[in-house]
Amino acid sequence: MKKKDMQPKPKARRDKKTAKARLASIVMNGPITIWSILFIIVPVIILAVMSFMSKGPLGIVVYKPTLENYRNIFSSMYFNVIKESLIIAFWTTVLTILIGYPFAAIMAKMKAKTSSLFMILLMIPMWVSGLVIIYSFVILFNQSGILNTILMKIGLISKPLNMLYNHFSVTVGMLYMFMPFSVLPMYSSIEKLDPALIEASKDLGAGPVRTFFKVQLPLTAPGIFAAVLLTFIPCIGYYMVTDMLGGGTNMMIGNLIYRQFTISRNWPFGAALAMVLAIVILLMVWIYKKVGGNLDDLG
Amino acid sequence: MNRRQKKQKAAHITATIYTVLLMIFIYVPVAVMIVYSFNNSRVNMVWSGFTTKYYAMLFQDSELWGIFGITLLVALLATALGVIIGTLGAVGLKDAKFPGSKFISESIYFPIVIPEIVLAVALLLLFDATGMKLGFGTIVIGNTTLILPYVYITVRARLVGMDPSIEEASLDLGADRFYTFIHITLPAIVPGVLSGAFMSFSLVLDELIVTSFLTSAEITTLPIRVYSMVKKGVSPEINALTTIIFAVCMAGVLVYLIRDQIQMRKIRKEREAEAKWPA
Repeated sequence: MKKKDMQPKPKARRDKKTAKARLASIVMNGPITIWSILFIIVPVIILAVMSFMSKGPLGIVVYKPTLENYRNIFSSMYFNVIKESLIIAFWTTVLTILIGYPFAAIMAKMKAKTSSLFMILLMIPMWVSGLVIIYSFVILFNQSGILNTILMKIGLISKPLNMLYNHFSVTVGMLYMFMPFSVLPMYSSIEKLDPALIEASKDLGAGPVRTFFKVQLPLTAPGIFAAVLLTFIPCIGYYMVTDMLGGGTNMMIGNLIYRQFTISRNWPFGAALAMVLAIVILLMVWIYKKVGGNLDDLG
Repeated sequence: MNRRQKKQKAAHITATIYTVLLMIFIYVPVAVMIVYSFNNSRVNMVWSGFTTKYYAMLFQDSELWGIFGITLLVALLATALGVIIGTLGAVGLKDAKFPGSKFISESIYFPIVIPEIVLAVALLLLFDATGMKLGFGTIVIGNTTLILPYVYITVRARLVGMDPSIEEASLDLGADRFYTFIHITLPAIVPGVLSGAFMSFSLVLDELIVTSFLTSAEITTLPIRVYSMVKKGVSPEINALTTIIFAVCMAGVLVYLIRDQIQMRKIRKEREAEAKWPA
């Protein structure tokens, strides 16, 4: 482009060209610019404004600025829900990495064909319908369910275990839901790793444990961090798994927000909760970018 | 067998066991889902006998097929919109210099870096403030916004890997921007566009959060129907439908694998033939 601009050209032709180039630029950039202003930027501004409004009787929004909503979030009852969500999201993320990373490493050693087959096998259930399949855990885990029946038949336990409607079932459900997608960034970071570096470390006398912690882990850290975000972000706002497998006792921030817009009809408070959630996550993403992460890996 | 070989073999066995265990974790719930589609009980919690009646019911349930149709239509429309806007935008914004272009290209990432529920709430507030009636249109807008970054990212990944001098050469040789886009840029980014489209389509099919915030009582999609059933217990009919979708997906993978195998065999044969009679 630059080179072309430097060449002298008849004026009329250049004018025609720039007009055409401008039209092309409008056709390409126009739709995405309008769309993101209308449906991303403006809604977020409205959300921010709404979070400072007050709630009137019968769920009517009163346009009187207040900090009440944010103060409410830090009251004990709601704060507990936030704590609970953070705990569940934290354990889901830790387990996702601990279980997903070895599998990503195994896949990186496979032939390209085999690894892409396993990638498909990993993702198909989620593609088909995560929700219906998640419901299987109710059948598997309930008191007279498949798992309890099997465990009692082989005599491992004498009375049925409480596996459903607690942290355990929620975490397993979340793990099932989000692990498949997190394996991908870890896989690509391990696959990109130069095997010569591992060889070099081993040749220089480091054992496999030391090689892993000193060479492989730091070099694949961006992939791990991408996986952390890919699990943590959807997990903390996702309220379906807790509804299905948490039995209404375990609440996530997502459940709380959903409630403000349905049963409680307290939109300003719901907006404030959504804002807090967004800010916490954006802070994490900002750190991710600071340590050299690429947003494109989250796609 | 020396020590190194033994170690390698042990590592191989461990890897195999690990893979098998993980696949068990992923596929036991799938198997349960399939088996319980044959369960003779309205509320699908405990097994009470084999039946295929839910498959028969499924094919007669016009309401469910209607919902399935709406779900497909939403997915198709949102994917089409997202692919067109996202592809054009990825190409355009790559070297756009209009004021605010950097801010726009950053804001596109927003739907994936914040939890879906935040986007859903923000859009709900927008539609409420502008007095737009919730329903089919708002669902399509919401889902399009959600998938836009996926298309944008996959297309951009292809663009980054592309040699810019090819486009420049086309422009230098007198082709205009449109001609260059259709004949040079588009063919190069097609794989990115396709994978973005595929990702978006499957995402929208299973989308629940944005849709449930932006829908009206009259418009229901499959995930919303499933989710509302969950509180009463999922009917085997839903299992039957999911089993069919699952079977179709698996058949697709199988066809792909077999075709691949045949192609590989063909290539190998050709190579062998070449080796026998060098040209």
